[in-house]
Amino acid sequence: MAVSHTGPEILHERREQRLTLLLLAPALAIVICLLVLPLLWLAWQSIRADGGFTLVNYQRFLTDDIYLISFLQTFRIAIIVTVVTLLLGYPVAYAASMAPRHWSVLILAAVVLPFWTSVLVRAYAWLILLQRRGLVNSALMDMGLIDSPLLLVNNEFGTVLATIHILLPFMVLPLYATMQKIPRELTMAGSSLGGSPVFVFTRVFLPLSMPGVIAGMVLVFVLTLGFYITPELLGGGRTFMVSMLVSRNIEIYHEWGAASSISVVLLLSVFLIFRLSTKLVPFERIMGTR
Amino acid sequence: MSKLSFREPVGVSVRSATKSYDDFLALDNVSLEVAPGEFVSILGPSGSGKTTFLGILGGFVQPTSGSIHLGTVDITYAPPHKRDIGIVFQNYALFPHMNVADNITFPLRARHVPKSQWADKLEGALAMVELSGYGQRQIHELSGGQRQRVALARAMIFEPRLILMDEPLSALDKQLRETMQIELKQLHHKLDATIIYVTHDQREALTMSDRVAIMNKGRIAQIDTPERLHDWPADSFVASFIGEATLLPVVRKSADTAALGDTLLRSTQPVPTGDKLFLAVHSEKLIVSDGNHDTNVNVLHATVKDTLYQGESIRVFITLDTGGELSLRLPSNHSGRRLLKQPGEPITVLLHPDDTVVVPQA
Repeated sequence: MAVSHTGPEILHERREQRLTLLLLAPALAIVICLLVLPLLWLAWQSIRADGGFTLVNYQRFLTDDIYLISFLQTFRIAIIVTVVTLLLGYPVAYAASMAPRHWSVLILAAVVLPFWTSVLVRAYAWLILLQRRGLVNSALMDMGLIDSPLLLVNNEFGTVLATIHILLPFMVLPLYATMQKIPRELTMAGSSLGGSPVFVFTRVFLPLSMPGVIAGMVLVFVLTLGFYITPELLGGGRTFMVSMLVSRNIEIYHEWGAASSISVVLLLSVFLIFRLSTKLVPFERIMGTR
Repeated sequence: MSKLSFREPVGVSVRSATKSYDDFLALDNVSLEVAPGEFVSILGPSGSGKTTFLGILGGFVQPTSGSIHLGTVDITYAPPHKRDIGIVFQNYALFPHMNVADNITFPLRARHVPKSQWADKLEGALAMVELSGYGQRQIHELSGGQRQRVALARAMIFEPRLILMDEPLSALDKQLRETMQIELKQLHHKLDATIIYVTHDQREALTMSDRVAIMNKGRIAQIDTPERLHDWPADSFVASFIGEATLLPVVRKSADTAALGDTLLRSTQPVPTGDKLFLAVHSEKLIVSDGNHDTNVNVLHATVKDTLYQGESIRVFITLDTGGELSLRLPSNHSGRRLLKQPGEPITVLLHPDDTVVVPQA
């Protein structure tokens, strides 16, 4: 029986495309209504004043010190958090990728477990641990290591510490995903060819794990830029991150235009970081889909 | 252009190597002596322990007991990077983030060979595997055969005293595999290196090796020249693994006779003792009688069960009168067809005492 091959196949393909579109539609509609439109509205807000076009909200970035201070502090905290989570997360991910299966499951579970507690609860937990008469200070004083309580919280230190705690999984998981895909034969080959463990690590394993390093760094950096609850609760007013600048402008000054302009600048810097990082690693790898 | 020169090759001596995991014996008291410059294959089905054996030689697996010597040096507990063994891995294990030249010079960098010598050595290694001018290529730009050659060049550039190959040709297609077999063999002669070659492909092992070690259940069942393995298997496992011999249970009657049912068979080789013995018959050893034959050959009476035309030969399946089935081959020419019988017809086949092999059960 002679059957045309192209006809039914093309029809089938079209039907599949329509189905895919149909399945995507609800999610797409939600994203457009709840994210894209509000963002456009936000951008619109920042350049409108009294029914006309204005750049006054953006001029404040150059004139108002608090803007510069806040952005600098936010980026500094983001850099510190990114570097420290990388230093803490790399050995954990390495151990998980090298360990026998049941051990790696255990290690990853320990990393992900705090995920299940809310950020708010964890911020208060840190507050209890780190405050003047908290667990850490009283333990150190009981051991006679310090005479007076250390300032561990209500400052940048406390903020950074808690942020690292919250974001560590975002570093470990992409690192682990990348490391797990490095064939063991490559490091075995490296050592059989005469490379010492350090040589094989620096020449073979580390370069091959770089996509995970960059993915983890971008995720953690970008997430830190928008952190709000943690610095608000643990910063003690001494830490003034960009998200707090936005909230002050709305809660205290009712300056929607100013708040919008800050959000737009923050958003653009995130886009810029993503753009630069995708030059190093394809977007799909940062999102862990490849 | 400098030629890769190998240092004096050394032998390998594995003495009573055993590796156990919890309740599983992966390697059971394995001993192997490889002469300097020899090409020895380790042949076995998957799960026979050959991967563990390779791991122990390469230093990736610590033996539970036993020792490994490279020449006179005990390397049982030496880490892989201090063993001076070039390994060609099954999937080549080329570094994807380096080009061909960086892959091949990796051992030189790792071993702190002065950079001034790199260019010459690289040139020599590339020429040896016929990849001159490919240094700047990326790994993903190479074909399977080319990757294989890069892996070889990389394992040889530091002039190791021993080369281990773990199924190096298994990922290549049949034609390329046969070409590479010849090339590897030539390379072995050219380098005069000691090579241990792990494979599950018996034809590959038989064509390339000076000697082949057959592994089964963590033990070396037999280590011998390809000819002897084929003609004089040590036990029923080797007999059925090499050349797919048919095994028929026999009973020992004397030092040179055994009984297949009520037929007494003579052998020129001593018949082993033991209760479970088998006659190992390769189809090419059976000859169809034309009525005139020597009195000293073993005669088997049978009925033709089926015939199968296979181009250059005709395969004949027969049922022995004493029970059991065998197959033999007749050339598809005039003399072959003259001896061919139709299914159901009786047939007399001969087995020369030189070809009568009785093996104990493995």
